[in-house]
Amino acid sequence: MDFNLLLDRLFLGLSNGSTYALIALALVMIFKATTLINFAQGEFAMIGAFFVFVLSVEQGLPVWIAVFLGMVISALAAAGIERTLIRPFDPSDHLPLVIITLGLFLAINALAAMIWGFNTRAFPALFPSGNALTIGTATLSWYTVGVVFVTFATAGALTLLLNRTKIGLAFRAVSSNLESSELVGVRVGPTLQFGWAIAAAVGTLGASVYVANPILSLEPSVMIRVLIFAVSAAALGGLDSVWGAIAGGIAIGMVQSIVVPYAKIPNELALGAAVVVLMLVLLFKPSGLFGTPQVERV
Amino acid sequence: MTDQTHDSTDTAGAERPLVLNVTDLRGGYGQIQVLHGLDFNVFESEIVVILGANGAGKTTTLRAVSGMIDTTGAIEFRGESIQDAKAPDIVRKGVAHVPQGRGTLPELSVEDNLRVGAYIRKDNEVDQDIERWFDVYPVLRQRRNQRAGSLSGGEQQMLAVSRALMSRPDLLLLDEPSLGLAPLIVKDLFDRFAEINKETGMTMLVVEQNAQLALAVADRGYVIESGEISFDGPADELLHDDKIRKAYLGV
Repeated sequence: MDFNLLLDRLFLGLSNGSTYALIALALVMIFKATTLINFAQGEFAMIGAFFVFVLSVEQGLPVWIAVFLGMVISALAAAGIERTLIRPFDPSDHLPLVIITLGLFLAINALAAMIWGFNTRAFPALFPSGNALTIGTATLSWYTVGVVFVTFATAGALTLLLNRTKIGLAFRAVSSNLESSELVGVRVGPTLQFGWAIAAAVGTLGASVYVANPILSLEPSVMIRVLIFAVSAAALGGLDSVWGAIAGGIAIGMVQSIVVPYAKIPNELALGAAVVVLMLVLLFKPSGLFGTPQVERV
Repeated sequence: MTDQTHDSTDTAGAERPLVLNVTDLRGGYGQIQVLHGLDFNVFESEIVVILGANGAGKTTTLRAVSGMIDTTGAIEFRGESIQDAKAPDIVRKGVAHVPQGRGTLPELSVEDNLRVGAYIRKDNEVDQDIERWFDVYPVLRQRRNQRAGSLSGGEQQMLAVSRALMSRPDLLLLDEPSLGLAPLIVKDLFDRFAEINKETGMTMLVVEQNAQLALAVADRGYVIESGEISFDGPADELLHDDKIRKAYLGV
């Protein structure tokens, strides 16, 4: 086994896995609130990255300021979508909501294609170019270091938000028991809306760092694959756990970059491998690695 | 002065301010009407119990008061109509509801459950109040960092009651606190309700199937059958009424 190649694949798994983790974090925020998987999350993130692109490349703002503004704009847009398309429906009836997220997936993808077309665009660099570390012929790029840092910082910030703030407490209460939360005075609608907004902001950050990869570019379908990996990552991590999403994302990244090539699975089937992982999780450990098992004594 | 207080207890709280006044309450779930015109009231510092069999409409009555279902009729809290208000606003007016089956937040710690109980408060005495309920229920202090879902049924009921009291309510609604608990634990629970009522003057409206225990601590009682009040009176009268004894006390 070529050690240098292994290291390279490990680093690749880290950077891919971290972006899956960021999108998985967005999915977890929605899932915690509504036990719903938002299939439009990848497209929310993609259009958020387009906002960032417009603000930085076309309007000339510094790229991190553009990222921040893009996160704010997508949070507001998601809050509006929650209010108009999600809240009118019964939160306990999932099928209509799943259909709405699928509809949003198609609508946002089509909207981005109408505005920006399917031409690929180079996304501005978010991290320094070059390598942070060279071991033999293996290289760890600043991009990978940056993505991993952003991912862990985001998970840390979300943990603080959920555990140390009043809105975070309300959000956790609503995720745990909707009716009891109302009975202590939590306004459920705005609290869930907060979850959608945070998820959209995190998703936009995730898509931005993903397409900032020098070997990738921005186009309307860029997040579709990522969403599949992210759903697997979130399920592996337990769907309702912030750090589970991180572990799940990196694990899926490693499956893709290490297991798939060494097991001689054709690269075209890498996406399938992620789905297989998802199926195995749902079959053998439905609450994931770090999810909350449904144990309750009465 | 003290005599008068005693008098008012005996005469169904007639001298005390009216906390809750419900007239001709009708409501249910969707097409199914459960409540067919209920009249009842609760005076300040009273413990009032609503008795009834399964499906009589006890839980629905409490859900109507706390704004969880749509109703017609009149629900007045401290003279103000809360009939059209939503649950989160009714809590803010001072009505706390301990739902059937406790309704604790199983994934949250015991302490976070109490903290969320104080969600509507803006003062800085929340930590103090948490310690206060830990003093009343020391077992909760021992388990403060444990997930609420890991507590026993009795402990969950203590937690649910403490959480409701964390909002510093004016009226406490208790929905079948005895449900699924061992008789000794239920006895202790009701004794504690009586203590809290005596010490703080907390007004309580309790719905129960366990008539014996509930009437032992209550001032007055109502009996509800098929969504209508069939009987009401002072608790000790109900305890000794033959009809009630046959139907609800099993003697």
